[in-house]
Amino acid sequence: MKDFNYHSAKDSKEASKLASSSSAFLAGGMTTIPSMKLGLATYKDLIDIKNIKKLSGIKVSGKSVTIGAATKHVEVSNSKDVKKAIPSLSSLAEGIGDPQVRNRGTIGGSIANNDPSADYPSACIALNATIHTNERKIEAAKFFKGMFETALKKGELIEAIEFQIPEKSSYQKHPNPASRYAIVGVYVAKHKGDVNVAVTGAKSCVYNDKEMSKALSGNFSSSSIDGMDLDSSEMNSDMHASADFRASLVVTQAKKAVDAC
Amino acid sequence: MGKISLEVNGRKVEKEAPDNTLLSTFLREHLQLTGTHIGCDTSQCGACVVHVDGNSLKSCTALAADINGSKVTTIEGLETNGKMHPMQEAFKKLHGLQCGFCTPGMVMSAVDLLQKNKKPSDTEIRDWLEGNICRCTGYQNIVAAVKEAATKM
Repeated sequence: MKDFNYHSAKDSKEASKLASSSSAFLAGGMTTIPSMKLGLATYKDLIDIKNIKKLSGIKVSGKSVTIGAATKHVEVSNSKDVKKAIPSLSSLAEGIGDPQVRNRGTIGGSIANNDPSADYPSACIALNATIHTNERKIEAAKFFKGMFETALKKGELIEAIEFQIPEKSSYQKHPNPASRYAIVGVYVAKHKGDVNVAVTGAKSCVYNDKEMSKALSGNFSSSSIDGMDLDSSEMNSDMHASADFRASLVVTQAKKAVDAC
Repeated sequence: MGKISLEVNGRKVEKEAPDNTLLSTFLREHLQLTGTHIGCDTSQCGACVVHVDGNSLKSCTALAADINGSKVTTIEGLETNGKMHPMQEAFKKLHGLQCGFCTPGMVMSAVDLLQKNKKPSDTEIRDWLEGNICRCTGYQNIVAAVKEAATKM
């Protein structure tokens, strides 16, 4: 791994002041460190944000659950408050990687990285999340821009993610048997007016499947999406699953999620 | 370059190390604690698992600088007065290892499991060991060893 300067920031202000075009924020480091070791990324400065107290913790209000960006997956999966308010979010966190990854990896890091197969981005889309940064609030629908690409500007730091508590919800994934990343993951959330069907792993970026959302908003039953033939032209195809298989998996996982709601 | 201060296996250590030093490198090359193994070096195999402030992590995927000030336990820190830890005894008794390369990580991970769940089921043990890969045993004896250790800890 190439050399860099390590900084530990005390607050968001210091973190963004240290940021430059050749720096990265370091939270759990579960992607940043392996990427740097493999030479896929190089930075002059790594700015550790884990010690910023304000960035960790979980708050539940009547309508929403707000999770600090540096909160670890294990804290989300063990939180009684999250389990009570949005059980599907807690079980999503419990299914990320392995225990050692969950002991280090953070929700903010996962979202900022926006891996096409990551779990958390689907929760943000399904649960109409608002991403709070040190500069502004961004709706999840406008946050995830493309493969590993977000609306974040250089030096902009995610501080918290605010999830809307749904009436019912479930996240179902077909994990890669080795990495536990989602080959396809579907997060179904039924809100008062509408239903979101957020899909991860299938395309280059997480998305809300409009066709299934519409069908389920009309009739919230797995029968309303049974046998749906989704367009697979933009779906990923690799050694683990072809595009057509992924399209079929999206419907299967969505049905499982609706039945589990 | 920065000063790394840690408590490793109950002993306070302080050493200068470049900022890009991984915890695994710090343990093996700066402290000569070579019981922590490097397998894949891509955070998948778990041979490098150690405990930091009571929780298991993969030391090949953490910076020494990043855990400055923490308490670290490695496989060398499990024994008491030359007596093996119950988890090590159980791995030995039930043949939970063959070549032994993955064993330090397996043991450290399994000890963390029993700290959090005193009586895990087979499924819970297998789920927990998700991040530890063994290419010899087929896992059966590892699971048996963890269950045995659970009765002794």
